[in-house]
Amino acid sequence: MAMVRPKSRPVSPHLQIWRWGPNMLVSILHRATGVAMGTVGLALFVWWLAALSGGAESYARFLSWFTGPFAPVGYLVGIGLSFALFQHIGNGIRHFFMDIGANFELKGNRQSAIATIVFAACATAALWAWLLVGKH
Amino acid sequence: MGNGTSIGRVRGLGSAKAGAHHFWHQRLTAVSNLVLMLWFVLSLALLPAYDYDTMFAWVSSAWGAVPLILLATSVFYHAKMGLQTVIEDYQHDETRVVALIALNLVYGAGWLFAAFSILRIAFTGTPA
Repeated sequence: MAMVRPKSRPVSPHLQIWRWGPNMLVSILHRATGVAMGTVGLALFVWWLAALSGGAESYARFLSWFTGPFAPVGYLVGIGLSFALFQHIGNGIRHFFMDIGANFELKGNRQSAIATIVFAACATAALWAWLLVGKH
Repeated sequence: MGNGTSIGRVRGLGSAKAGAHHFWHQRLTAVSNLVLMLWFVLSLALLPAYDYDTMFAWVSSAWGAVPLILLATSVFYHAKMGLQTVIEDYQHDETRVVALIALNLVYGAGWLFAAFSILRIAFTGTPA
C-alpha cells in the first residue's frame, strides 16, 4: 500500500493547470460541504441531543451559544451549515441525473452546476429570513 | 477459460456480484437523507420556540423521536461512507488503515450516542 513513485515519471496536469469552471467548483464544494456537515454538523447534532436529554440546565448551556454573547459564533455555524446542506442537496440531485447517464453535455452540465449554487444561496437566504424576520 | 495467466483464469466468469454496495448504499441513503433532512429543517423552522420545554415536547413525541432516529441512522451511515471515500482518496500509506478503523468506531459510537439521547428524551416523557 505504501506508494513509492519515481520522481521522473510524468504526472497528469493538476488543479493549477486548468482554468476554473463552475463544474469544478461544485465538485470540490460537494466534498467540502459533505466533510463540514459530517464533522461539525454531526458534532452539533449529537451535542444538541445530548444536551436536551441531560435536562434544562445542559440544554440552556447549549442554547447560550445561539443567544448569549457567543451568538455570532452560533449564527455563523448555523448559516454555514445550512448553506452546506442546500449546496450538497442541489449538487446531490444533479449527481442523480449524472448517475443515470444524463446531463453530461457541456452546456447543461455547466448551467446545472451554476444552478446548484444559486439554489443554495436562495434557500439559505429564505431560511434565515424566515427564522430571523418572518417568524416574528 | 485458461489456467495460465491471472486474467485468463477469471475471463468469462462474469462479475463478482459484489463490490458495488458502497456506491449503491451511498445513493440509497442520499435519497433518505434528502427526505429526512428536508423534514428536519422544515420542522425546526416551524417550531414556535426553541426553549427547553418546546424542544423536549417535540423530540419526545412519536412524530419527533421516530424520524429523528431514522435521520441519525441514515445521515451517520452516509457521512461515514463519504468520509471513507475522502480517506481512501488522500491517505495512501499505512495510516489509511488506522484512519478507516477510527472512522468506523467514531461514527458507530456517534450514531449510538445520538440514538440513545433521542430514546432517553422519548422515554423520560414530558417533564412535570
